[in-house]
Amino acid sequence: MDASPLLKVEDLVLYFRTTRGVVQAVDKVNLCLEDNHAIVIVGESGCGKSSLAKAILRLLPKNVQSYQGKVFLDQVDIMAMNDEEFRKNVRWQWLSMVPQAAMNSLNPVLTIGDQVTEPFILHTSASKAEALLQAKKMFDYVGIPESFLYRYTFELSGGMRQRSAIAMSLITMPKLIVLDEPTSALDVLTQANIFNMLKRLKQELAISFILITHDIATSSEIADSVAVMYAGQIVEINNATRFFIEPLHPYSRKLMDSVPRLHGDKEPDFIVGRPPSLVNLPTGCRFKDRCPDRFGKCSHEPPMTLAKDHLVKCWLYEV
Amino acid sequence: MNKSFRDILKYPSVIVGLLIIVALILVSIFTVIAIPYDEAIKLWRGNEADWYKNPKTAGPVWLNWFSREKLPETIIIDADEAGIEKTIKETQSGQIITMSIPIRFDFDVYAEDMTLYFQSNFEEKAPFIGLKWTFPDGEEIGIGNFSINRKFSYRLNQERKITNKLKGLVASQGLFTNLKEKENKPWKGDYTLTIEAITFDKTANVQAELIIYGQLSGWAGTDTLRRDLGIALLWGTPIALMFGLLAAVGTSLFQITIAGISTWFGGWVDTLLQRITEINLVLPFLPMLIMIGTFYSRSIFVILSAVILLSIFGQGVKTFRAAFLQIKEAPYIEAAKAYGASDISIIMRYMIPRVLPMLIPQFIVLIPSYVFLEASLAILGLGDPTLPTWGKVIQDAESNGALYQGWYYWVIEPSILLMLTGLAFSMVGYALDRVFNPRLREE
Amino acid sequence: MPLNVKNTPVSIAVSSAASLTKDNNSRTLLSVQDLRVWFELRKFGFGHAGFVHAVDGVSFDLHHGETIGLVGESGCGKTSLMKTILALYRPTGGKILFEGEDISRMDKKALKRYRPKIGYIQQDPYGAMAPFMNVQRILEEPMMDNHIKDRNERYERIRNSLEEVKVTPIEDFLQKFPHQLSGGQQQRIVIARSLLLRPSFIVADEPVSMLDASVRVEILRLLRSIQEKRHLAVIYVTHDLSTVRYFSRRIFVMYAGHIVEKALVSDLLNHPAHPYTQALLLATSEPDGANARVFKEIPPGEPPNLINPPAGCRFHPRCPKTIQNLCGNEMPPEFELGSEHKVKCWLYR
Repeated sequence: MDASPLLKVEDLVLYFRTTRGVVQAVDKVNLCLEDNHAIVIVGESGCGKSSLAKAILRLLPKNVQSYQGKVFLDQVDIMAMNDEEFRKNVRWQWLSMVPQAAMNSLNPVLTIGDQVTEPFILHTSASKAEALLQAKKMFDYVGIPESFLYRYTFELSGGMRQRSAIAMSLITMPKLIVLDEPTSALDVLTQANIFNMLKRLKQELAISFILITHDIATSSEIADSVAVMYAGQIVEINNATRFFIEPLHPYSRKLMDSVPRLHGDKEPDFIVGRPPSLVNLPTGCRFKDRCPDRFGKCSHEPPMTLAKDHLVKCWLYEV
Repeated sequence: MNKSFRDILKYPSVIVGLLIIVALILVSIFTVIAIPYDEAIKLWRGNEADWYKNPKTAGPVWLNWFSREKLPETIIIDADEAGIEKTIKETQSGQIITMSIPIRFDFDVYAEDMTLYFQSNFEEKAPFIGLKWTFPDGEEIGIGNFSINRKFSYRLNQERKITNKLKGLVASQGLFTNLKEKENKPWKGDYTLTIEAITFDKTANVQAELIIYGQLSGWAGTDTLRRDLGIALLWGTPIALMFGLLAAVGTSLFQITIAGISTWFGGWVDTLLQRITEINLVLPFLPMLIMIGTFYSRSIFVILSAVILLSIFGQGVKTFRAAFLQIKEAPYIEAAKAYGASDISIIMRYMIPRVLPMLIPQFIVLIPSYVFLEASLAILGLGDPTLPTWGKVIQDAESNGALYQGWYYWVIEPSILLMLTGLAFSMVGYALDRVFNPRLREE
Repeated sequence: MPLNVKNTPVSIAVSSAASLTKDNNSRTLLSVQDLRVWFELRKFGFGHAGFVHAVDGVSFDLHHGETIGLVGESGCGKTSLMKTILALYRPTGGKILFEGEDISRMDKKALKRYRPKIGYIQQDPYGAMAPFMNVQRILEEPMMDNHIKDRNERYERIRNSLEEVKVTPIEDFLQKFPHQLSGGQQQRIVIARSLLLRPSFIVADEPVSMLDASVRVEILRLLRSIQEKRHLAVIYVTHDLSTVRYFSRRIFVMYAGHIVEKALVSDLLNHPAHPYTQALLLATSEPDGANARVFKEIPPGEPPNLINPPAGCRFHPRCPKTIQNLCGNEMPPEFELGSEHKVKCWLYR
């Protein structure tokens, strides 16, 4: 990891209060992201990855029980800022987000242009005309014809709507964009087109991405690094090339094995059991009940080990 | 379902509402058992024979708790009661029966009226009565000499002879005043009414009943026909609840079925039913009921039926249809169609149960609106004339000018009951809404 | 996009020249012949504004015990095709012969006999069950709607089905409600339900796409074992090519209302013929670190508007190999490339 990364997350914690108990969605997460770098956070539903995105962007609901840790953006701890400072200086200036199902959360009574320009106007007090110019530039980047700025949401296809949402996240030229399941509802060809677009944006605009997804296969399209999340914790971080050849953590391995492939003889595997509920977390290693390599020490929580330049949270790699 | 019960009880307003509703139901059950329907109707007709012992437009007795002055309640003394001195002296042809009735008066306000009711059975000649009144200081005055019939009422307040003797005050006032003093105010103390009855038969007897009509009577007061309002207030409860419940149930069930059929079949069925609904929504509901009441019948069953019929194609059809339209596209409905469920089966067993959680709060809030409707119709003069209902009480009060006359209790009591009913059901209904509807949104 | 599409397809009178042709091949369970499913567009509820040509000339045969994967992106017509086979929609034209009888001509009574013969597994396992019914009731409903009156028989069937989908112990699950089950368990119940009426074939619409990645394979394996054991024919509709190979013998690729390629699984994956199939395969990602440095070459654009589809081959506006003056003018017929490999593309004329 670089000496001065763009984003450094230290021991980030986010717990929610619910009627069922305390949901430990993000449990001391540590991450590092360099400039012009894309990290993919891979995990199944209920592992807390969406909550992680919200924690980084401080988009918190009312029932937060615990929100701590440090998040360094270009060495400035943004967790120490108050909400108003964060809103003005961080969100959409440094960081922006394309939330899950963004294409479905576009406002049906406003034109696309109105919506895409809004963050720009809010953060730069530009005029409507200037903002529209910027929006047109963004549409060029994401590959939508300019005329669509004047159309309404229902006139666009799913792929175009997702691109509009991405344009909206780009418009203030942030350094880092968080994308939460950007293509899960889209067709294969549209998906591939959007990833092409993201790759191009990364090249041309030197943006960094945090991509959150459950789909390991598509995650490889953009990943420079991969982080695997399980039950609120990061269990493995590695660079993409090595990860896709040989994941280390037993959970990562099982995830990789469960991906169906177009070619090859191996039939995909599945993981027995279910992820633990974030309310009732087991003691020790959270994966131990489903792990084929479980042994005695696993009843205690394993530390994050630096092994072969990976970071793994598993006793098997204890130094 | 159990979970929802526990959820509801989290709201304090619901507990209050539920308690009130339970109280109303208990009162209804008690009333129906304690005062059977036929008896209630008979009493409510207001025959003199049933009500002569009550004063007219007297307030409820508990008003004394709030009053600085102690208002008199009705005093009824039957001369045949134990403890009343009764002496009989034989005469040549008959008897002289002397009855001494002691009266204790310790109120701050005069009584309304005073009447002596006589009953006598005699053969030929009517008995002759002499009345004497003794003040607390021992002074006596004569207050009447007359002969009576088999049934005779001697209304003291209407006897000029008595009034003349009492400085112009009527009997119920003057007889309880120290006439020697300049100021006329009630004189607390023990009084005695002595009745001397001369009969001309050996077998004749005379029964007397003294009623000093108070300013207060009963726990609910009385009206101009001397009827105890408690009867109407008690009986109004089950009637109100029944009307509200039946109307709400009938209307809701029909509406939900119509909405279900309309949505499921779509096409011309949907178009037809929706147009009928829209036309019906525009029709003036209350004026039509008024017309029916005025020109046809005011029987409560006729009105109830008319209310339901006019409400079937009501707003609920539109509301439920909106809910059904969402459910119609649900995958499990499609699955049911695929495995061969019939249309009616789908509507009845898959769609309606899904909408019921939405129905229940609406339905509960609907009940008081029908209760108010019935009361409104009664106030407008279109209530069932024979039934003792809250609305009828208000209407009687209004037509007798109760508010002008200061008989506030006559209006306030039924109004409070109506308000409580409305409040209770609304609180429960809206709380249920909050409990049930998130569940709908969750899914 | 038009505002008002009627949700039931239009029935247009088919020319009387087509008589009921009985398929001579006794192995054929279902024979779809030139099927067309069009939806009418209404303007303001009254005016006619055209048709959405959702399925526009589809023919194929499904044999007993065979599994077919029907692959295509959204809007290609696979859902409409599937629902028409399920008799949820009525065809606008063409025939669907099931065991010799044409579904499109069946009256309500005949349809009642047809429906129990197909099982339906839906995409959304939670939505496929009535949320206010427990598992026992959910499973009893199809049998009661089909007049299986004997309670013991119903219970027997439920028991067998639940054992087959490995939802045991049965007593524990019968009283549960759908929201108390995991996604995988919910889908197993849906599968069990589809088997209760002893169908001869099953239509599975994206049965695993709403499940977690680690559970998908489990369910697909389960489906496969059930299919093998009961010798069921299955139409497996999906947009995910990579799962199809584990669960189908043949694959049909659908685009804009047509089946553009039919082939055995290995043939399709290794020698895709139609340019659209090739694009699909190229666009499907596999976990490989090198992907991040490579731009995929994919045809740009979007699937065509089905109200006024382009003349000729519907893929030609996006096709990298389009032939001038041919692809844009005439719809290609089906060309045979080898055993059971057919392509609708002028490249193979």
